[in-house]
Amino acid sequence: MDEKQLHGLMTASLAGDASAYRRLLGALTPPLRSYFRRRLHADLTNHAEDLVQETLLAIHSRRMTFDPSQPVTVWVYAIARYKLIDLLRQARKGTHIPIDDIAEFIGDPSIETEDAMAKRDVDTMLGTLPDHTAAAIRNVRLEGRSVAETAMATGLSAASVKIAVHRGIKALKKRFGEEV
Amino acid sequence: MTDELIERLSDSLRPTARYGVQRRLLLPVVGGLVVTTFLMLMLLGPRPDIGSAAATASFWIKSGYTFALAIAGTWAVERLSRPGGSARRPGLLTALIVAAMAIIAVAGYDLAPPDMREVVVWGSSALVCPFLIAGLSVPLLAAILAAMRRLAPTELTRAGAAAGLMAGGFGAWVYSFHCPENGLPFLALWYSLGVVIVIALGAISGRSVLRW
Repeated sequence: MDEKQLHGLMTASLAGDASAYRRLLGALTPPLRSYFRRRLHADLTNHAEDLVQETLLAIHSRRMTFDPSQPVTVWVYAIARYKLIDLLRQARKGTHIPIDDIAEFIGDPSIETEDAMAKRDVDTMLGTLPDHTAAAIRNVRLEGRSVAETAMATGLSAASVKIAVHRGIKALKKRFGEEV
Repeated sequence: MTDELIERLSDSLRPTARYGVQRRLLLPVVGGLVVTTFLMLMLLGPRPDIGSAAATASFWIKSGYTFALAIAGTWAVERLSRPGGSARRPGLLTALIVAAMAIIAVAGYDLAPPDMREVVVWGSSALVCPFLIAGLSVPLLAAILAAMRRLAPTELTRAGAAAGLMAGGFGAWVYSFHCPENGLPFLALWYSLGVVIVIALGAISGRSVLRW
């Protein structure tokens, strides 16, 4: 889809045309996906889809900042680039925790036979956290939902979900030791 | 999963208000100006000779210079609150305003009698003026940054600097109703320094404060 078509869809979307909007987001998704995949390396590659979703969410919640006298492509690209830089900054600062460490813990072969027990342990541990933090961890870490989806479901911003998960895990580590 | 998200986003689509960015910026300007004016009146007071000063060119050049900077800053903020927005033209406008002010200041210095030259440069408040301007601009800066965060700046340092120019311009404009100085070189030097301090504050805080 070229800029002219995208621009038409964007203008219609701003006027409230849901089907134009669906086509717009659908058309933007593949280029966003390949953009993020090309730029994420090593252990960050699995965040590409997260970033696609976060970018779509940002396009949605900040769509009023689109200036119809400017190209849509430039606007979307700037948002995508911002989201990418944001992720890399967090990763560099070391505040980023791989998304699957708790899942690995549960999937650990040595405790597979005690699956139910492990699950109960996790429930007990999560029970010591504030409700929204526990819910965020459950969604993102245990049920494998993306940050963006969790944000949609809980009404929190993507950033708050990430922070809640991060703080929660940190609190659990403090309480229950490094085995978390 | 991503397809589901697109479905949900499309279902929740509402028409977007026009001039949303401008509207979001209106509140901090009005609110910030009220607070800053109140602070100026309570802590500093208007200049005692404001009635006769209003008949001088110097008073209006002071008011005009600062207000022009505020307008250029507002324009830059409006551009940089949008992803991919460029502040090239507002930047150019700012450069023109400053250049015009510099020419006026040099002329003011040349036209002053030699024994008055020190006064038109230093006045009696050169050392406090920049800091009072910066102080008065802080509420404006905070309000503008808060509003920008809810928009979508992607170049945070530049966006913060633009917020600083806007806040500093408006802050200096309010201050000009208190400031008893009449020297044009004074205005060009110390007012500009005050605004530069606010630009620096905005640029530094923008990097973290403006993240969304």
